[in-house]
Amino acid sequence: MPATEAVAAPRRLEWLTATVTDVIVETPRVKSLVQDVPRWPGHRPGQHVDVRLTGEDGYQAQRSYSIASAPEAAHLTLTVERIEEGEVSPYLAGEVRPGDQFELRGPIGGYFVWTVAAQGPLFLIAGGSGIVPLMAMLRHRAAASVAVPARLIYSSRTFGDIIYRDELDRLMARRDGLEIVHTLTRSQPAGWSGGMRRIDREMVASAGFPSSQRPRTFICGPTQLVEYAASTLQELGHEASLIKTERFGPTGGVG
Amino acid sequence: MSEPPISRGFRARKRPDGPANRVPPGQHLVNDFPVLSAGPTPHTSLEGWSFTLEDGPSPLAEWTWAQFAALPQTTLKVDIHCVTTWSKLDTNWQGVTIDTLLEAAGLGEPPELFTMIHCDGGYTTNVPVEDLLDGKAMVATHFEGRPLAPEHGGPARLLVPHLYFWKSAKWARSLQFIAQDEPGFWESLGYHIYGDPWREQRYAGD
Repeated sequence: MPATEAVAAPRRLEWLTATVTDVIVETPRVKSLVQDVPRWPGHRPGQHVDVRLTGEDGYQAQRSYSIASAPEAAHLTLTVERIEEGEVSPYLAGEVRPGDQFELRGPIGGYFVWTVAAQGPLFLIAGGSGIVPLMAMLRHRAAASVAVPARLIYSSRTFGDIIYRDELDRLMARRDGLEIVHTLTRSQPAGWSGGMRRIDREMVASAGFPSSQRPRTFICGPTQLVEYAASTLQELGHEASLIKTERFGPTGGVG
Repeated sequence: MSEPPISRGFRARKRPDGPANRVPPGQHLVNDFPVLSAGPTPHTSLEGWSFTLEDGPSPLAEWTWAQFAALPQTTLKVDIHCVTTWSKLDTNWQGVTIDTLLEAAGLGEPPELFTMIHCDGGYTTNVPVEDLLDGKAMVATHFEGRPLAPEHGGPARLLVPHLYFWKSAKWARSLQFIAQDEPGFWESLGYHIYGDPWREQRYAGD
């Protein structure tokens, strides 16, 4: 853009063509799409994109998806959970294979964002696919090689539903100040040592940071989990202004 | 860009997606009511609640919960459109229109051309005055015949259904008239300053 035009109107977020380079099966219902996106402007961890699909007959549908990759990663990655009654997610988490194309634009959202410049401690609470934008933060933290104290409480239905399970294990094995507590609400494998119930006050208090440390807190998941965790943290003395939330209802933001 | 790339094998699952003249471009219909908020849900007691009209820094009128509930009530049946692409048809609301608030405050006409809505939790959003008048908007306290739930903005939220739903600010506590249009919370973070779903004004520059 010529400098003379850079003054007045904000630049429109352009639709870019994404080409899928790899499809990673995360769980039976969740896939990550690794993409090549020429002219991608970069993003901050926690931001999302709008995806637009165009069928052969010209029919279009668009939805918002969180970015899973760190800004430092060579490729943009979205992680998509299949919502059976949805129109876009069954395609993205079902039919897409390497070489397929769709459009996206972004990055969108500047509030539910954490970078190492914001320091910490960093306190993350996720339910189900709510882990996705938080994973971008953890990947960014690891890529930046900072030892900002970080804790994640991650609630999944079953062991097989834990998204990024191996990578989360590897991140914790770096012993760089990240602690992860998993809880499984529906069933647990033999010998399971993590939580065995929904996220509750005791879990938030024992696995989190005390309010005196003023953790930067990000909560993402189903509405009920987010409402519960956010109000519990406030009861425990955490300032509302330090608690940022994103809610994934059955259709909210995804589908 | 010219032609969008075809996404191999993608086709409509269920179409048409509702009456075409009621679903703006890029939107799809939902039956539930998704919740989207940037932070914790404030739980304001009705005893401590009030709604204020302000002209810049000066208060014009203030109503307690009981006073607000005693104002003439209006019901609206409207379609709502969230920027995250869901739309919901035929939603029923009850509350007090901005016209009624101006009248109750003894104002013949609004003092300025723009407004900023201020909410519990610090959220703000900007709306031009003309988008709030002539029955186009209200401060809503009831949804589908019931008191508005806290996660949906209760005790009271703005309702401006012809704009994207982030403009219908939850937990509204004051309507401030301002001389110049200024961006509110999401408008400062890359979302469109006006937000007309029929022109697909989702983000700055759209």
